Amino acid sequence: MIVADKKPVEEIIEYVKDHSKILVLGCNECVTVCEAGGKKEVGILASTLRMYFANQGRDAAVDERTLERQCDHEYLEEIRDIADQYDAIVSIACGVGIQFTAEKYLSIPVYPGVNTCFLGVTEQRGLWTERCQACGNCILAYTGGICPVSRCAKRILNGPCGGSSKGTCEISKDLDCAWQLIIDRLKAIDRLDLYEKMFPIKDWSTDRAGGPRKVVREDVQI
Amino acid sequence: MRLTYPTSIRIVRVPCTGKVDVGHLLRAIEKGADGVYVVGCKEGECHYKKGNFRARKRVEQAKKILASIGSDEGRVEMYNLSSSDAPLFVKYAGEMDAKIRNLGPNPLKKKNRRAA
Amino acid sequence: MSAKTPSKLEKIMAAGHLGVTSECGPPRGSDPDTIREKAELLRGYVDAVNVTDNQTSVVRTSSLATCIHLKLMGIEPVLQMVTRDRNRIALQSDILGAASFDIFNLLCLSGDHQSFGDNPQGQNVHDLDSMQLVWTARKMRDEGKFLGGADIKRPPQMFVGAAANPFADPFEIRVPRLAKKIEAGAEFIQTQCIYNLDKFELWVKQAQDRGLTEKTYIMAGVTPFKSAGMAKYMKNRVPGMDVPDDVVKRMSDTPKEKQAEEGVNICIETIQRLKELDGVKGFHIMAIEWEEMVPDIVKRAGLYPRPEID
Ligand code: SF4
Ligand code: SF4
Repeated sequence: MIVADKKPVEEIIEYVKDHSKILVLGCNECVTVCEAGGKKEVGILASTLRMYFANQGRDAAVDERTLERQCDHEYLEEIRDIADQYDAIVSIACGVGIQFTAEKYLSIPVYPGVNTCFLGVTEQRGLWTERCQACGNCILAYTGGICPVSRCAKRILNGPCGGSSKGTCEISKDLDCAWQLIIDRLKAIDRLDLYEKMFPIKDWSTDRAGGPRKVVREDVQI
Repeated sequence: MRLTYPTSIRIVRVPCTGKVDVGHLLRAIEKGADGVYVVGCKEGECHYKKGNFRARKRVEQAKKILASIGSDEGRVEMYNLSSSDAPLFVKYAGEMDAKIRNLGPNPLKKKNRRAA
Repeated sequence: MSAKTPSKLEKIMAAGHLGVTSECGPPRGSDPDTIREKAELLRGYVDAVNVTDNQTSVVRTSSLATCIHLKLMGIEPVLQMVTRDRNRIALQSDILGAASFDIFNLLCLSGDHQSFGDNPQGQNVHDLDSMQLVWTARKMRDEGKFLGGADIKRPPQMFVGAAANPFADPFEIRVPRLAKKIEAGAEFIQTQCIYNLDKFELWVKQAQDRGLTEKTYIMAGVTPFKSAGMAKYMKNRVPGMDVPDDVVKRMSDTPKEKQAEEGVNICIETIQRLKELDGVKGFHIMAIEWEEMVPDIVKRAGLYPRPEID
């Protein structure tokens, strides 16, 4: 899923302090699971903002709404009728949802209420870790199902570097060395032979290097 | 033994303090409560193991949010006691009551009314 | 192995002599005199001088510019290049730039992570990794072609090397990894500083068993300790460094005023022991900010005078 983290309240206040009709807009998908932008968080943020305005003696309305998704037309259309009432939207969906909301409601300022961090997993409650950088050209078949692009601090394709020590990465003792994981895993599936071949230079044009990306699937288009 | 606690206090029963969320605490203050406190079982005695620890974290979180918008974080508190310990319940109730009286009425109450 | 490039270092090792290199870290400023002074200390005692590339991710004068200073002084440089700061366009371009000054040695590295340096908030590049850079340099030299496929007019003539850390984890892939680097085209290997000789000898033996020591020149890396504090620091703080307890103890049991001398002794003993190993074809003496000690170490280790090669 897409993992996001809350932005400091102070930063959000800075964005919205001059508005007086605000919609806090959450999303029921990834950000709900990572507890940054679901219905519950919408309630907390909206309540916080209302108290802030009240403390300032300001008359401002802060409403709450959570959509099934903010990255699909059909769900975003659900606020079509009410959007005009607001002079600002704080979206706490991921960066994708925030942007799609902004695209759809052209004349209303849309502010981010979260920092969108990475594609990752819930390792345990309250701990999310990165697994993929959407490089557009997946190499997991050669690396035992563990991604060096997202999990090696130097995205080395022929690792580990000389800094790998006791299973941890040179940049932090709290971080697994991706290449240690890869080797352990290749061993477990009896494919250490894959390690012996030099991984050729990667085509990064499918990564962010190639500019904004697009997937076109004519077979499913209508 | 009949014990009494301040009449200012309204009790909201929950199955476990782990059920109490940051949003509940904030909303109480937002709606004009002068203070809100969570009374949980003693640490280590939670029937659901960690409910009261979670509650404490949420109380901390609510305090942080209140502080960040210039409100008094002392209006939200957490206490722990054994469920049969009525005298301690009364003692904490008195403490909280005194503390809140000391802070004065929740300024949001007036503002809310004016805004409405 | 016979020499394929004009590199003096390559020729010396191809002729069966032990090669000797040292290093010169560029300054945190633009004063060329500091470069010249450091390099002058090494003249005649080593066959080539490695020039580090923003080591530990701290900004310094560029490796290429410093190499040019050395070249102009008549000292043979080894251009170190890390893949952290430049993409494949800049890397190929700098290789050509170096070739235009007839710099004949290249060492390919991934580089320390930028979080160790003075710009921890910077981006890193890692478009290629160190192995792929070795492969690229060899392609440019041997095929006379850029990565894009076009011909290079006057291709670079470089002796291409890589680093190896026999002590990094996991140990079981250290030799396969060396094999991969050699397959990528590494003609010489400079190792991480060696203090754990037993482990190093095991690594060399395993490499030898796979025939790798006949395919590349392994240069054993050594660094003299200046103090017991440095030994402890290297043991505990430097990732991928293996300093056995008895070495640390030997340093800390030595009175403070004698520690530098003891550090040099350990270094010389290391060289003398490793000279006997078939698989070791040279030494890389990294006297960090202590270049003035190098002549002494080279002499006392019996590596002086350096062979003359035309
Ligand atoms: S290789 Fe690319 S697509 Fe595959 S997991 Fe890694 S970043 Fe994602
Ligand atoms: S220690 Fe491992 S994860 Fe860290 S940069 Fe080196 S190879 Fe990558």
